[in-house]
Amino acid sequence: MALSSTARLPAAKPGEPARPAKRPGRLRRRIAPYGFLAPFFGLFAAFGLFPLLYTAWVSLHRVELQTSDRMDWLGFQNYSRLLSDPFFWNALRNTFTIGVLSTVPQLLMALGLAHLLNYKLRGRTFFRVAMLMPYATSVAAATLVFAQLFGRDYGLINWVLSSIGLNPVDWQADTWASQFGVSAIVTWRWTGYNALIYLAGMQSIPGELYESAAVDGASRWQQFRHVTIPGLRPTIVFTVVVSTIGATQLFGEPLLYEGNSGGGISHQYQTLGLYLYEQGWTFFHLGRAAAVAWVMFLLIVLLALLNAAIAARRNRTDR
Amino acid sequence: MTHVTTQVLDKSVAANGGSVRSGSRRARSPLHGGPLAYAVLIGATLLAVFPFYWTLVAASRSNSELSGATPALTPGPNLFHNIGEALQQAEIGKALLNSLIVATVVTAGVVLSSTLAGFAFAKLRFRGRGALLALTVGTMMIPPQLGVIPLFMVIVKLDLQNKLPSVILPSLVSAFGVFFMRQYLVQALPDELVEAGRMDGASLLRIFRSIVLPVARPGMAVLGMLTFMATWNDFFWPIVALSSQNPTVQVALKSLGQGYVPDQSVVMAGTLIGTLPVLVVFGLLGRQIVGGIMQGAVKG
Repeated sequence: MALSSTARLPAAKPGEPARPAKRPGRLRRRIAPYGFLAPFFGLFAAFGLFPLLYTAWVSLHRVELQTSDRMDWLGFQNYSRLLSDPFFWNALRNTFTIGVLSTVPQLLMALGLAHLLNYKLRGRTFFRVAMLMPYATSVAAATLVFAQLFGRDYGLINWVLSSIGLNPVDWQADTWASQFGVSAIVTWRWTGYNALIYLAGMQSIPGELYESAAVDGASRWQQFRHVTIPGLRPTIVFTVVVSTIGATQLFGEPLLYEGNSGGGISHQYQTLGLYLYEQGWTFFHLGRAAAVAWVMFLLIVLLALLNAAIAARRNRTDR
Repeated sequence: MTHVTTQVLDKSVAANGGSVRSGSRRARSPLHGGPLAYAVLIGATLLAVFPFYWTLVAASRSNSELSGATPALTPGPNLFHNIGEALQQAEIGKALLNSLIVATVVTAGVVLSSTLAGFAFAKLRFRGRGALLALTVGTMMIPPQLGVIPLFMVIVKLDLQNKLPSVILPSLVSAFGVFFMRQYLVQALPDELVEAGRMDGASLLRIFRSIVLPVARPGMAVLGMLTFMATWNDFFWPIVALSSQNPTVQVALKSLGQGYVPDQSVVMAGTLIGTLPVLVVFGLLGRQIVGGIMQGAVKG
């Protein structure tokens, strides 16, 4: 080890060789790294960055689905149309409520499950794999199955409810019930995944911290509260960011819950993602859909800033 | 490693007396789960697995059995009949083949381009490295869904609508993949190995082939599995770019879900065979996928 670390020294400045030779390999060596990046950045620029930025430009034009190569300048008209559309505000509100309904219980349950998975268990691999299985299914498959389970007349969930003496619920037409149903699909698919992320975070907390807490007489709950949670903070921030971004993008679940892009008979669970799709591919207004996409992007930026602010404040109060 | 561990243990014992020994051992190998822990975990497992079981039940019954007063809770005899119907009515067979092609090509592209770029970011020095890496990481969190409209316009212009390249091209590279491979290679690939190759006068491409690739293989495998599953399950862009005449599995499932096929047991049969390939992969490699996700979490 000691030998090899001295051997590494000259590598620190590969651009300035010990003897400034004029070998033709020099130039090639300097350019070569970009060759390694070229496949990624070439396609990334064309199919990742460009569409993202060009969305803003499209949103200032009238573009119709059937004549998508024709763009007529509109200025901010798409945006003013959007802001005066009650269904836009409805979708924004639904995105928020479904986002809360699907992320908060999900992350709390994941935290609890991760704590249990962190115990010494028989069959721990089995538990981990089984809990990750929902993650392997597609949005479409999961939603079709849950739509069946949540069926109003013949669904299994209502059958269970009525067989234990409760009233069946209209999981489609009722606003809260339908939003709960959509959120349940999201929760089912992602809880196990987040539990594993938390578990990984818990396992990287040094055991000595628990030892000294135990020496100080901390109960198990106090250890969880004062060792596990602070140790997990970066992981928690990561999952919160990823889940909230995911929640702003919710699309497949509300689309296939009843199979229409309106998000229910009175748009009661239409999300922004679904509203975007409806504008573009049901009403053929690509320009307006682009405006929705840009609003969603700003929403994500806002959430990221909010998150950073909260994290920064927390850090300050902790010290 | 064991040396370090015993040293730490010895120190804590010396500092705090013998009684700590049991405590520290507990912290190293965590507490045993009690009956309550098992009960909760088994409950959660049942909740996670039940929808799969129920898909099988519904796919093997008939439509009238599904709309009876008491729902069926055990598999019935109609599975193969329903699968046959689904294959016929919703192009599921073609969808499976299309998804296999798309997911395979995309996985190969992502793994290769990510390993190349990840190696450059991890071990090479060049002008603009910091800025390019920041650009990659910064856009990693931005959902690609937000770019679908220009993407759609490009695909129409290139006359690729309803053709497989339309869903392959935009997915061939992944910012997450580059970041993932970079993190992997920073740890797994010693600088000395690359330097030794350079001393021997090998070209970078040669170094990549004979030194980097063998070291990168485990990371590439994990990235490959995650990419394959994500591509197989991709939804928004494929339903925009393709149609029910030339679908991927998810596009076919969407047609099923939108009343294309009225028979619910056939819908469930389609869902079942559309999910089966991923479940087989998961059954074979579940442990590795779990490991990969947990690894990625620690590094990310």
